[in-house]
Amino acid sequence: MKSLTTPPAAVASLEQDVKLIKQRKRQISQKTALMFWTFVGPLLLGLIVFFYIPIVWGFVLSFSEARATVSPTHFVGLQNYIAMLSDPYFTRSLGIFSIFALFIVPTTFAFALGLALLVNSIKVAQGFFRSVFFLPTACSYVLASIVWKMSIFNGSYYGLANSLLHLFGIDAITWISSPTPPWYWLVLITVRLWLQLGIYMIIFIAGLQDIPRELYEASYVDGARKGWQTFWAITFPLLRNTSISILLLNIIAAFQAFDEFYNIMTGGNQILARPPLVYLLRVALTNQDYGMGSAGGVILTFIIIIISLVQGRLLGFGRRD
Amino acid sequence: MATSPSRLIRNNERIHTTFFDTQTGKIIASTARYVLLIILALIFLLPFYLILRNGLATDLEITSPNWTFFPSRLHFENIQDLFTDPDVPFLDGMTNSALIGILQTVIQILVCMLAGYGLARIPYRWSTQIFYAVLITLMVPFSVIFVQVYLVVSYLNWISTLQGLVIPGVFSGFTAFLFRQFFLSFPHELEEAGRVDGLGYWGVFWRIVVPNSSGIISALSVIAFITSWNSFLWPLVIGQDQSAWTVQVVLSNYLNAQVLNLHELFMGAIIAILPLVIIFVLLQRYIVEGYKQSGLKG
Repeated sequence: MKSLTTPPAAVASLEQDVKLIKQRKRQISQKTALMFWTFVGPLLLGLIVFFYIPIVWGFVLSFSEARATVSPTHFVGLQNYIAMLSDPYFTRSLGIFSIFALFIVPTTFAFALGLALLVNSIKVAQGFFRSVFFLPTACSYVLASIVWKMSIFNGSYYGLANSLLHLFGIDAITWISSPTPPWYWLVLITVRLWLQLGIYMIIFIAGLQDIPRELYEASYVDGARKGWQTFWAITFPLLRNTSISILLLNIIAAFQAFDEFYNIMTGGNQILARPPLVYLLRVALTNQDYGMGSAGGVILTFIIIIISLVQGRLLGFGRRD
Repeated sequence: MATSPSRLIRNNERIHTTFFDTQTGKIIASTARYVLLIILALIFLLPFYLILRNGLATDLEITSPNWTFFPSRLHFENIQDLFTDPDVPFLDGMTNSALIGILQTVIQILVCMLAGYGLARIPYRWSTQIFYAVLITLMVPFSVIFVQVYLVVSYLNWISTLQGLVIPGVFSGFTAFLFRQFFLSFPHELEEAGRVDGLGYWGVFWRIVVPNSSGIISALSVIAFITSWNSFLWPLVIGQDQSAWTVQVVLSNYLNAQVLNLHELFMGAIIAILPLVIIFVLLQRYIVEGYKQSGLKG
């Protein structure tokens, strides 16, 4: 019969083994940790230096006076925020963003969806048309602004729009620099539509192609009419997540509007349409008031975080399926 | 239960037929679609035509009261006018943009690809927390905090330097996130095979994972390059000396200069968009794939 107690020598060697295994495990996990930092370290370091430190620095500076220097000279409490929020040009810039979003978001949504449905419905040359509508993505906002400002909506008689109007005997319109009627909005909206419709169309087409064909077939069998009825019953509800993403991406993009406003409105009458980032560039860099500029940056960051959180909520991030 | 043929026919009869289901109706509907598409395509191509027309015309032709669709002849000497104009540092702008575009693309893809793999595959105690720290950065677009980043870059004395233009834009939490998602679904068996052969994480990554990820690497690289080439706010803020202007900043400054020659401005636009049009024609598949995956990058 075997003894039930383990001989002491065996116990000792077992303990030795356990110790060795533990040591080995620690070595492995240290090695793995080192590996992890080799892979992730560069990005994390970069994000600390060019994201987290700037945010903290800007926050600190927003409570300080800092003119022509990026270090705080002395603490001024909420003064920068009060100055910022009572500056009519700042509140006006937020108003400009709201007006812009009010126009650009629904038009982009409707036109991108329309284009996607149209392109998706044809069989011959689908790729060709998709490429054509997508091509403006290659163009920068600066180049598009050049075309819109100097060619299409040039205020002189030789601009394309004015040449067209001339055919109908209508006088040349100063599209950009006249405050009333606000034709500059037409210029600013159309340039962005042209530039961004292609991308949103691509996202909509991807969403459309994810909808199972059987659903449409089943609905026809159930007596649904082709066209509007299936669109409202199937297509639109199943595009819900795509639609929400597109709406919010669009609002966030509109909030960052800078390039076309800066390039088109400069020299005309910039004050007419100065969105938050163009205003901020002026305060922080032209006037070199970094304290007030930081306060503005903090306010805008705060607004964009709220928009992002709303987006997360609507799309159900963090919710279990 | 098998459906009887008669029932199928009955169901088919219930399908509503409208005019557009008849043969003529279908042809009309399809023709209407194509007519509409062709009109829209012409509208979308119009700005490209205008760039070409104005870039290859003389100033007199551009500002002529009578609209001409094509210049009398193609004025290729506009290229020379542009490059020899001392008021427009165009060649420097193109060189800067190319250099910044290539560096930003290579560094961004490298850094974000490594981070994406580490976050997807290497077990580490703080891995989740670090992943959240990366996710948080997705909520705030770079351009919204440009003043704050400017503070740091200015403190580092990087204003008007190559590193100031390149480095702050390469740490994209979003690109890292997309790589992580991709690597999470990378087949484990391939990596295991490499490990059996004695490769560590580093070896597996470079010998097995990277060569089998060329699709996503190409897609995100092309998008990174396009974004970099077309970006304007950051180069405008950081490129304060003329020597550091990118081509977008050069053209923007020329657009708003007191005196300008329209034909040079538009020739500049032709040359500045040419690299991207070539990329689009050659690599459209990757670009579309990239934008589909990423939705949209700010």
